[in-house]
Amino acid sequence: MAESLADGETRREFLFLAAGAVGAVGAACFAWPLVDQMNPTADVLALSSIEIDISSIPEGQGVTVKWRGQPVFIRHRTAKEIEEARAVSVATLRDPQTDQQRVVKPEWLIVSGSCTHLGCVPIGNQVGSDRGDFGGWFCPCHGSHYDTAGRVRKGPAPKNLFVPPYVFLSDTKIKIG
Amino acid sequence: MEKKTYKNAVVRWIDDRLPIFSFMDHEYNQFPMPKNLNYWWNFGALATVVLIAMIATGVVLAMHYTPHTSMAFDSVEHIMRDVNYGWLIRYIHSNGASMFFIVVYIHIFRGLYYGSYKAPRELLWMLGVVILLLMMATAFMGYVLPWGQMSFWGAKVITNLFSAFPLIGESVVQWLWGGFTVANPTLNRFFSLHYLLPFLIVGVVVLHVAALHVTGSNNPDGIDTKGPQDSVPFNPYFTAKDSVGLGVFLIVWAAFVFYAPDYLGHADNYIEANPLSTPPHIVPEWYFLPFYAILRSITFDVWFIEAKLMGVILMFASILVLFLLPWLDTSKVRSCRYRPIYRWFFWILLIDCFVLGWVGANKPEGMFPLIGLIGTAYYFFHFLILLPILGKIETPLPLPTSISEAVTRRSGAPAGATAATGGND
Repeated sequence: MAESLADGETRREFLFLAAGAVGAVGAACFAWPLVDQMNPTADVLALSSIEIDISSIPEGQGVTVKWRGQPVFIRHRTAKEIEEARAVSVATLRDPQTDQQRVVKPEWLIVSGSCTHLGCVPIGNQVGSDRGDFGGWFCPCHGSHYDTAGRVRKGPAPKNLFVPPYVFLSDTKIKIG
Repeated sequence: MEKKTYKNAVVRWIDDRLPIFSFMDHEYNQFPMPKNLNYWWNFGALATVVLIAMIATGVVLAMHYTPHTSMAFDSVEHIMRDVNYGWLIRYIHSNGASMFFIVVYIHIFRGLYYGSYKAPRELLWMLGVVILLLMMATAFMGYVLPWGQMSFWGAKVITNLFSAFPLIGESVVQWLWGGFTVANPTLNRFFSLHYLLPFLIVGVVVLHVAALHVTGSNNPDGIDTKGPQDSVPFNPYFTAKDSVGLGVFLIVWAAFVFYAPDYLGHADNYIEANPLSTPPHIVPEWYFLPFYAILRSITFDVWFIEAKLMGVILMFASILVLFLLPWLDTSKVRSCRYRPIYRWFFWILLIDCFVLGWVGANKPEGMFPLIGLIGTAYYFFHFLILLPILGKIETPLPLPTSISEAVTRRSGAPAGATAATGGND
């Protein structure tokens, strides 16, 4: 039985390698469920859309809603704020995006309320709070400033505030997610 | 290992089958220790005591704590108000984390001053760095469990660091969280791991001590023991000396527990976690402040690497560089006693770490970002540039010919007069 397969390779060495390979694949197949169980569960994924009535938000003000456990800012922008957001030269921005790319209806700005630096909640959504140097939001943790389109203008944040997927169900109702 | 013959028949019966008594006698009774050790050599034993106390108090706290976002905060208050001695056990545990880091940081700087990381103790040192990493992970996850504002936002900011990695960052963070933000799945797994990691620490500590018992302890003169005249047996000499240090240390720990139990904590952590409101100033616990300063030190992109990613890389590198220390330090002389130039740089490094801690405690405004950047640069300069060069250009002072000679010269007694012959085998 100990016939040689090639020079210096015996049946025993072949069986040793083959058994080792099967064992390694088996161990990897067992490890994957142990790793993957840490990913978001089905019920967490299922909670991923909400509907909001926006008719009660006056111009110039905003509300904070909770979507997937995180804050989302809904801002009813004034004509002046829209004007400011559109007057900026896009090429000068850290994360270049036009205002039109970030909104569906110009008067409604809907962005994630997590700073893109390290995830703090920027302030400025309530009337009277510090909106930073550019009239949008200001993150108190590490000093990032966002403009009236939720774009980063100053500070350590690398990206603009994330725009979540949303649709207008009617003029006064939106669905996020 | 030499086996002893015991008079007691039961002990002899066990020892013949499992030589646990011979082992303890050899490693903790007769074990030869350099006779010139000073009190800085207490801190390994102190760290062991803290580890045991942390596991004991942690296991009983877990009997009353509920790792669920809707109940975690209240269950901690339940421990503080309703559980018999709950306040005591929790304060021992929460202050114990700080005590553990104080002791381990002193232990590390002791190693840096006396060159304990040099051949043949490189692996001993590297196992110690592994213990430090495990301790940091354990402490971080433990701080999340009370589910206060600092717990939540500390967890959020630190886990968000992993989003700095290109391409995979976002999925790694969601995998760590088990969702789209720090939430119940995160708290649950942190509790599980916070319970697991201390036992891994125990495992690495066993390896650390095993490696120590192969090479033997370093000593303040940094020279090898050359025979029985240089050493004394562990018991009673160092059981006694460690006990004195332990007494002092327990007084300090008890002083915090009974008189200033929240001094090292943060008041905001007595406010329940609120995912919609960030506290105005997030700071980690004091023992992470220097690393937090390094994390925030880079405010500009370096080539193609974003500032945020660069900070993360440097923070991890600040610990990983310690793994390379035995090879970065090119000097053959271990102890600072005989290294006239390095001695100064040791103290400058220590001051640098305090400066970084001070920067980490403050908002990154005004002069702090610049000081943080300089402090970070100096930290890496010390390990990566200064140590390799210094070993080549420094002229060390003459080393004593033996520990025995060094001891008797310092005490003024004639050589050989106090040479103890311990029970070395």
